[in-house]
Amino acid sequence: MRTFITSWCWVLLYLTIVNWAYAKTIKVCHNCDIRLIKQAVELADTGDTIIVLEGRYRESNIIIRVPDIVLIGKGRVVIDAGKENQAVVVFKSPNVTIKNLTIKNVPFNSTEELAAVNILYSNGYIIEDLIIDSTFFGILVEQSDSGIIRGCTIRSGSSIDVYEATIGNGIHLCKSNYALIENNVITNMRDGIYFEFVSNSVIRGNYSYENKRYGLHFMFSNDDVYVNNRFEGNGAGVAVMFSKNIDMHNNVFKNNWGMSAYGLLLKEIYDSEIKHNVFIRNTTGIHVEGSARIIYEENDFVENGWAVNFLGGSYDNYFYHNNFIGNTFDVAYFGRINNNRFEENYWNKYTGYDLDRDGFGDVPYRPVDLFTYMVNEIPETIVLLRSFFVQILNFAEQVVPVLTPADIYDPKPLMQKWKWSGS
Amino acid sequence: MLKIIGYVIKDLLRNRWTLFYLLFYLLVGFAILIFSGDFSKSTVSFLQIILILTPLIGTLFGVMYYYNSRDFIELLLAQPIRRRDVFIGQWLGVSVSLGTSLVLGLGIPFLWYFAQYEVAGDQFVLLLLLGFALGTIFTGLAMAVSVSTDNKIRGFGYALVLWLLMAVVYDGFLLLALIAFRDYPLEKFALIATVFNPIDLARITILLKLDISALMGYTGAVFREFLGSTTGMILASSVLILWMLLPFALITLIAKKRDF
Repeated sequence: MRTFITSWCWVLLYLTIVNWAYAKTIKVCHNCDIRLIKQAVELADTGDTIIVLEGRYRESNIIIRVPDIVLIGKGRVVIDAGKENQAVVVFKSPNVTIKNLTIKNVPFNSTEELAAVNILYSNGYIIEDLIIDSTFFGILVEQSDSGIIRGCTIRSGSSIDVYEATIGNGIHLCKSNYALIENNVITNMRDGIYFEFVSNSVIRGNYSYENKRYGLHFMFSNDDVYVNNRFEGNGAGVAVMFSKNIDMHNNVFKNNWGMSAYGLLLKEIYDSEIKHNVFIRNTTGIHVEGSARIIYEENDFVENGWAVNFLGGSYDNYFYHNNFIGNTFDVAYFGRINNNRFEENYWNKYTGYDLDRDGFGDVPYRPVDLFTYMVNEIPETIVLLRSFFVQILNFAEQVVPVLTPADIYDPKPLMQKWKWSGS
Repeated sequence: MLKIIGYVIKDLLRNRWTLFYLLFYLLVGFAILIFSGDFSKSTVSFLQIILILTPLIGTLFGVMYYYNSRDFIELLLAQPIRRRDVFIGQWLGVSVSLGTSLVLGLGIPFLWYFAQYEVAGDQFVLLLLLGFALGTIFTGLAMAVSVSTDNKIRGFGYALVLWLLMAVVYDGFLLLALIAFRDYPLEKFALIATVFNPIDLARITILLKLDISALMGYTGAVFREFLGSTTGMILASSVLILWMLLPFALITLIAKKRDF
């Protein structure tokens, strides 16, 4: 058996070397023998490199069907799909690299998800430094594992008030595990980044802003990490749904403001960690629904409408060392306490004292004030927002709580803003 | 009547009360703008002042000025002038001088702020307009109350109760009603109830101008749709004008009937 495997290894090594040695480079330019990228792709064998020289190429539906192809642009290469079809497709060809191209004018289609780059059944893809403009979908990856999407800029080019359904997603992964999405800039799409059934992946350093729906959208995607991303001014913020073991670190959620916009929407999320994130000026900082065993540690909630909004069915959420500063409502809460805990957070609305000077207030802080409670129960009472009467009521309730849930409280509120530990 | 208005304004200037009032607003205006830093936040702080202080100061001033100038009023009444003109003149004189102090006292800090940072100032203009209107309404109501009674304490008491009713208790009843009828759709009711109290109307109008209105959800959307539409705007402003006409009618009526 061992000899069999060894011999196979030798054969593989030989093949690779031969391949490598024979791998050719195909040049495409307006004055070359090969003037179209499509021709080059058809000529290419396994392991070839296609170098496209500067210029504008008006072609669409470029389909790569052989593995190990490198498609690379030199200078400013523009592929103009002319509103005809999708631009580049990689089909059942592992280890394809696409680099340094500008792709434009992929049309809207109501039955097919036409994308600037479409990866199908091809593992190990690398997509780098693309500029994608005026497109329906940006980069669409289906059933392809272990890929990298890095340094791409994606925008739909549609005007602001276009109907949501006529715009596609920026980076859309479906059933593709072990992906790395890094340093991309996505704007004006439907969802900036959309994960469906994508596990063990990393989303890092992306800037997703002013998308019609979500800046980042997770569905049924487990064991993922997203760090150092910025999500700004998206129609509905960021949604993480029906997923387990997600780590969300060092992200910024900013200005996701509007009637149904959330900084971060958690729905049916289990066993996750939210740490070192900043939530600034969102209508709702974090909206938690049916989520359990989540640790919220060292996050800053600044000037949100609601910093945290708990809906029913959430168990064992633990808030520890967070800063709540200048939010209109700190915590809104529906239903039973369900072992959700707030401990050692800083609340700028806290008016208690610290006689023994241990840094913790001597009286517990109740983040759900009477008005928040009432607005939750009877939404119409919001017409009394900022009314003098309500302020008096709130004060009275804070001194002697009668109506507000008695078991939601921070037993050791911090007297000073918590400084994050080294991240 | 113009003469009376002019005289009242001159008198108030000599009294230095308006000057004091102006200085107070200047101080508050600069303090809020400097210390709050954030523009939207400072608007909310100003809103609180406009909603609580302006009507209160208007009320106090109206009553105080009327009782202080009783002798002068009696003198005027002996002259061949229409009674209505005497009292309305007094009212307008007081509210114009108070309103000017408000507009100058907050307007100067605003202008200073706009000179430094380029921000849209339409909500500030609205704030000043509403403050002016609220001041006028409450001065008038206070005057109407004090014209109706010679007893100073009683006059003060009634006027303060009136202010308390409008600024605080009204919201309490509104809240009770909202809680009592929570099983019914209440947006329309809330809307109507809000429009008919000038303080609440001013509050909602300003809040809808700020980003904070996104918090108001469905109810806010109903309000925005109503107050944003032309009919809504016309209705809201005519309610405010009606509120300003109410003291006018009351004062005229009481002054005609009363025996001085």
